[in-house]
Amino acid sequence: MKTETLLDVARVRRDFPIFSRSVRGKPLVYLDNANSTQKPRAVIDAERRFYETGYANIHRGVYLLSQEATEAYDRARERVARFIGAASPNEIVFVRGTTEAINLVAASWGRKALAAGDEVLISEMEHHSGIVPWQLVCEERGASLRVIPVTDEGELDLAAAERLFSPKTKIVSLIHVSNALGTINPVEAIVAMAKARGVPVLLDGAQAISHGPIDVRALGCDFYAFSGHKLFGPTGIGVLWGRESLLDAMPPYQGGGNMIHTVTFAKTTFAPLPFKFEAGTVNIAGTLGLHAAMDYVDALTWPAIEVHERALLDRMLAALGEVEGVRLLGAPRRRVGVVSLTVDGVHPHDAGTVLDAEGIAVRAGHHCAQPLMARFGVPAAIRASLSFYNTPEDCDALAAGLRRAIEVFRG
Amino acid sequence: MSELRELYQEVILDHSKRPRNFRRPGSVTNEAHGRNPLCGDTLTVFLDVRDGTIRDIAWEGHGCAISTASASMMTESLKGKTIEDGKSLFEWFHRLLTAPPDLGAPAGPLGKLAVFTGVREFPVRVKCATLAWHTLKAALERETTPVSTE
Repeated sequence: MKTETLLDVARVRRDFPIFSRSVRGKPLVYLDNANSTQKPRAVIDAERRFYETGYANIHRGVYLLSQEATEAYDRARERVARFIGAASPNEIVFVRGTTEAINLVAASWGRKALAAGDEVLISEMEHHSGIVPWQLVCEERGASLRVIPVTDEGELDLAAAERLFSPKTKIVSLIHVSNALGTINPVEAIVAMAKARGVPVLLDGAQAISHGPIDVRALGCDFYAFSGHKLFGPTGIGVLWGRESLLDAMPPYQGGGNMIHTVTFAKTTFAPLPFKFEAGTVNIAGTLGLHAAMDYVDALTWPAIEVHERALLDRMLAALGEVEGVRLLGAPRRRVGVVSLTVDGVHPHDAGTVLDAEGIAVRAGHHCAQPLMARFGVPAAIRASLSFYNTPEDCDALAAGLRRAIEVFRG
Repeated sequence: MSELRELYQEVILDHSKRPRNFRRPGSVTNEAHGRNPLCGDTLTVFLDVRDGTIRDIAWEGHGCAISTASASMMTESLKGKTIEDGKSLFEWFHRLLTAPPDLGAPAGPLGKLAVFTGVREFPVRVKCATLAWHTLKAALERETTPVSTE
């Protein structure tokens, strides 16, 4: 029987070269993980090794290097499929990130499927990348957005969601875990509502991907999007997973090399999945880095990560609760270690600068979720977000830093 | 920490907590609205200009300590000045914050406004300090479209 082992955080931190540097003379306290995560040596090495010893373009050459690169690229796709429980690597489309993945679906699936009067159902807590791509295609097709409201606790109003479905609803596009509030949305309930009406569901997994195991088939969704850089992988690489039958029926997103079968000036036929959606030379090194990142996370094991992150979140909430004047945005019952807050009398930007002087990295701003900030009546907030390499001391440092900010501005 | 003290000098903290000329004047000849979409700071600058002289200047809005203090101190330093003075001070202030280090940052006629020199050490905050001034410039040029520092 396998026993759950707690994470050896000191050892884990040694895997991340960034933690050997100091910031403004202080040890780095990195609490901006919802924005982007740091990279373990294994990811950095995977990219470096490719460029130093194995680099060539893929699918083009008859020579050994190109063949090796192609094989490594194919293995990365298989790795991703395994990581998220996809039925086949053909369902994995490499893109630049979550944003491009959603744009791909909106532009390709949306342009074909949406007609005048149709509705796209999203939520009030979407990241801008879950709003704007749909707005663009809705404008073009004469369709419109319907928005599931968020409660004061920072949760989806499920009763309202049920009422917002109509015969005109053509797709649901929903953030799996809120990047601003940390809320784990009850996506199974929304998927069930959608399935009952034959409506496909896209889940934005940008935040969810780094906090727990994802099984796209168990989730029952139709598209799943995430970025490599929020999963300890490189920037510029991300994934769109889609059901093969849906992807097959969709027109190409971009035209160019690699995505064709035959080209004549009269007619072009397209490559099979997934290459139909991968025009031009892709971020090959990025896929290898992502492969290494997935291996790294799996080796730590999700149960160990989840136990550690849960303890960190409890510590952070407790520490923040003792700082007078700190107000948290929302109080979702199911959440990951992402917390947005305001401090009475201290603007988030100023608090961010004071924290930075203490070597503490947080996000200060609207977190690319302006409608959600408006919902909570604040123009901006401080966001602290945890990952498995954070320590209880990081949580205490945040609370101490906020006290320092209060001293500076109220003193 | 000393850089932080340079940034948040007493006079800046004072103006951020008790902003001066935070009102809409009875008579307004020029006004402009400015916003920094990055952090949500937003403000409106009101001018009462007669015969080329800024008879009254005031502002409304909300933002961080730097942008609030900058707007407050700007209005104090420009009341009674000419439009040309205003445009000139804009240039001096802008240079104070953005000139390359090797050129130095002469304060020229900026007077008290030189306390914002500390912002130079925090490049991401420069836009906070210049928001009010960009908005002033737009108001002086009677622009009616909102200005943005992004």
